[in-house]
Formats: sequence, C-alpha cells, structure tokens
Amino acid sequence: MIKVENLRVNYGSIEAVRGISFDVPDGGISTLIGANGAGKSTTLKAICGLIKPASGEILFNGESIGGKDTVAIVSKGISLVPEGRKIFADLTVLENLKIGAYLRKDSLKDDIDWVYSLFPRLEERHWQLGGTLSGGEQQMLAVGRALMSRPKLLMMDEPSLGLAPLIVSDIFSIIKEINSKGVTILLVEQNANMALKTADVGYVMETGEITLSGSGQSLLENDAVRAAYLGT
Amino acid sequence: MIQNLTTEMFIQSVANAISVGSLYAMVAIGYTMVYGILRLINFAHSDIFMMSMYFVFYLITIFALPWPIAFIAAVLATGVLGIVVEAAAYRPLREAPRISVLISSIGVSYLMENFGVVVFSGIQKQFPPVPAFQSVVVIGSIYFQKLSLYMPVVTAISVVGLLYLIDKTKIGMAMRATSKDYETAKLMGININTVISTTFAIGSMLACVGAIMWGLKYPKIEPYVGIMPGLKCFIAAVIGGIGNIKGAVVGAYLLGFMEIMIVLFIPALSSYKDAFAFIMLIAILLLRPAGILGEKKADKV
Ligand SMILES: Nc1ncnc2c1ncn2[C@@H]1O[C@H](COP(=O)(O)OP(=O)(O)OP(=O)(O)O)[C@@H](O)[C@H]1O
Ligand SMILES: [Mg+2]
Repeated sequence: MIKVENLRVNYGSIEAVRGISFDVPDGGISTLIGANGAGKSTTLKAICGLIKPASGEILFNGESIGGKDTVAIVSKGISLVPEGRKIFADLTVLENLKIGAYLRKDSLKDDIDWVYSLFPRLEERHWQLGGTLSGGEQQMLAVGRALMSRPKLLMMDEPSLGLAPLIVSDIFSIIKEINSKGVTILLVEQNANMALKTADVGYVMETGEITLSGSGQSLLENDAVRAAYLGT
Repeated sequence: MIQNLTTEMFIQSVANAISVGSLYAMVAIGYTMVYGILRLINFAHSDIFMMSMYFVFYLITIFALPWPIAFIAAVLATGVLGIVVEAAAYRPLREAPRISVLISSIGVSYLMENFGVVVFSGIQKQFPPVPAFQSVVVIGSIYFQKLSLYMPVVTAISVVGLLYLIDKTKIGMAMRATSKDYETAKLMGININTVISTTFAIGSMLACVGAIMWGLKYPKIEPYVGIMPGLKCFIAAVIGGIGNIKGAVVGAYLLGFMEIMIVLFIPALSSYKDAFAFIMLIAILLLRPAGILGEKKADKV
C-alpha cells in the first residue's frame, strides 16, 4: 500500500529522517518503533504531506505522493491520528467526528454508528466540547475522527500514550478490529511490546534510520530489541 | 447643560446610538474574523471599506444602476476585493512570521489609499442620495431618518445569519477548525486557503454594508474616508474581545452608545467625540486586556 524509498526529511540543518526505506503491506498492521526523537512522527508527517521530504520517494498504491499537498494526499484515502491527539477543543464530539468526514458528501450515519460502537463513551458525550474530554476520551475521539474519512490507510502516532494500562489493551484490540474491516494500519508506538504483538511487520528506527525490520514476532524475540525497547 | 435635556432628545440619541452601533458592528466583525483566522490586524480593512463606497458611487453615478442593484453589486465586488487582497498580499506569506503579514497589510492599506487619490482623485465626492433611506419620519414629536430604523434590522439579520453560518454549516465548522489549528484542519481535508478566502469575502462584504450605512449617514467620500471608522471599529473589536464575533457586536454598540451619550450629557465634550474610542481602548487594555467576551487563554500559535 505504501512504499517508502530513501526518504530524507530535514528541519533546517537537523536531519530527522536519513534515507529510510520500508513497505506497508496491503491489509496488514505495520509498526514503527523507536526511541524519542528517532524520527517516527516526522516520517508519518512526510507521508501525509505536512512536511516536504528533502529527497526520496513515497508511493501510495504505486502512485508517487511525496511532497504533494496534504489535502490531495488525504483525499486519496490516507488518514493520520496525530501525535498529541489534536482534537478541536471548541468543537463538540459529534462535530469533531463530522469534520473527520469533511471530504465526504454521502451519509455519515453508518460511520458514526460504527465509531460509537467502537467507543460507546463518545456517544454518551457527543454534545460535549472536545477540549473538555479526558485524555483517554480525546484519544478515542482522535481515532474515531480519523476513521470518519473511510481511510484505506490509517496511520496512528502513539495512540496508547498517556492511557491507563487497561485502556491500552482496549485500544490495541480496537486497532485489530479496525484492521479486520479492511483498513491497512501503520502504527507508531512507544509501547513496543504491545505494538509488536499486534503487528504483522515491524520496523525499528534509531536516529533517523531503520536499523531492524521483520515480522512482529521475530522482533519480539530479537535480543537487541528486547534489550533496547522491552527492557528484558 | 443637562437642564435642556428633553425626553425627545434622549430618545433621538438612543436611536442614533443604536444606528451608529449597528454600523460599527458591520465593520468590526471583519476585523475580528480576520484576526480569528490569521491572527492578523488587517490594516487594509478600512480601505476596503473606503473602496466599497466608491463602488457604490460609480455604480450609481456612472453605470446609472438603481440603488438596490448597485448596493448588491457593490457588496459582491467588495467581497471579491477582499479575496484579491488576501490572495495577493497575505497568502504568499502564510509560512512567514506574523509581523511580515502585518507589514504587508499596512502596505496594502497605503496602496489602496494612494490608488484612490490617483484614480478617484482626492477631491471629495458626494455619496449618492437614496431618499428611501434618508427621508425623515416623525413619530410623536421625534424625528428619525428612516435609515436609523433600518440599520439595526440589517445588522441583526446579518449577525444572526453569520452566527448561523459559523455554528451550523460545514464551511462554518471548517472556519472554526482552521482558526485553531491549520495542520490538523489540513489533515481533515480542509483546504485552508479556501476557508481563509471565504473569511475575507464575508468580512469585506459586511464592511461594504457598513460603508453603505456610513455613506447614507455621512454622505462624503474621499480616499481617506475609511481611516476613522476603521480605527473605531478595530477598537470596538478589541473592546469586545478580538477574534470573538459576538464580542465585536457588543463592542460596537458599546462604543456607539458611549460616543452619543457622552455628547448628549456633556455637550462641552462634543468636539472630543472621536477621542472617546481611544480612551475606551486604553481603559479596556488596562482593565481587561482580552476584551469583554475575549478568552483569557494565552495565544498558542
Ligand atoms: N518542527 C521541528 N523543528 C526542528 N526539529 C524538529 C521538529 N520536529 C521534530 N524535530 C526533530 O526531529 C527529530 C525527530 O523528531 P520526531 O518528532 O520525528 O521524533 P519521534 O520519533 O516521533 O519521537 P517521539 O517518540 O519522542 O515522539 C528530533 O530530533 C526532533 O527534535
Ligand atoms: Mg513522535
């Protein structure tokens, strides 16, 4: 679905991403793990056009999207749950969901119902302003909002950040459920254990480079990964 | 002084204050909307106001259009002017520091004023009379210009319509989202340039309605005619809490009432009338810097 080739991204003189290549296979769950500042968020931002790559290729279903305008990329079927949720604080929960479907002109009812069935809490609070939700509720809303565009590829930047352990496992089972509906997933996570258990394919990023890759299971068993990210 | 005050004078002044406030509101909304979405004090707004008066003038005097058509055409033309100013002077600076955009708006303001002097000439013109608005009605022993009865109605309809647009429609939702966070708005598929253009078009069209009210009330046009009403309406927007549309309306009526009532009760101060706005500005900045309805929240952008 996504093929990244030799992607480089700079912020001024800072080289945040230094020539990475990876694949996000159709229909699967892929994960990008790595320490703080490794360049994970930067990679996701480059894929959805919020930052222009310095060089390299980003192919979406074979079509080059690198450096294109965000709205053009999003309208092809890519959706991002951004780092830090970025809920619209002055919009109600329902409006936040509706704005996720901004490019659609058809009926949103089924999708809203689906999101409510994934996150019943959002239905209870549909009238509440986004900014007044708890952190975990905001995370649910951010995921729900991203689903409203009916994406082919859903990218999530640390969806488990700041959530209670019980909710974290909920989020991961919801990620699997979304994936089972045919949505390809690219997951960026600090929680390497859960991410690798959930993912079909994993990539390990260190200071702007991909240093390891393999199936989720093989990375879980890899000694270097265990030492660096799983603390065992 | 006060012993001369009659009920008639008082009622007349209230009517006058309401109509002046209605006019200020139409122009103040444009300042507040542009600030809300670009965090920019749009210095060119007062000159868009001025240009719209010339649009009405030429549409009626040269194109000989009847006033209702001329007014509508002028409102539309002013909307287009707002879009053009934004696209030419502000859009190329989208990634630039805010101070650059501010300087650009001052530049556009001077450009339009000088354009006015060269093309329309600096000689004062007469705003075309429209008896339907300027004729006088007598209620009891009180004389009103019809205008002062219509103005609050026009403003009320415009404000209700605008609030509906912003609170209940899809483009309004996009405007609210864009004003908070460009990046996330883009991720939703919102074309922020379209949203910003729409904001300028609406603000400019409302300024044109305000300019028509102004022209009917004070029928003189010259290239600097926008400066004083522009300043006062900017102050009204700040008093109400810049970025907040209801605030701009509240600030506008408050300023209208202050100006008219101080002159009514203390006629000796009438030659300082234009200074009241600035005194109010200083007072509000000292007492409640975020304005009456403004949020206290620090500017995140
Ligand atoms: N806007 C920016 N300007 C300058 N440098 C930036 C900017 N954003 C990120 N960086 C730098 O780029 C590098 C990669 O940042 P990025 O946000 O992609 O890391 P990350 O892998 O997502 O980390 P984390 O797990 O902490 O979220 C970091 O060194 C960071 O300081
Ligand atoms: Mg990150």
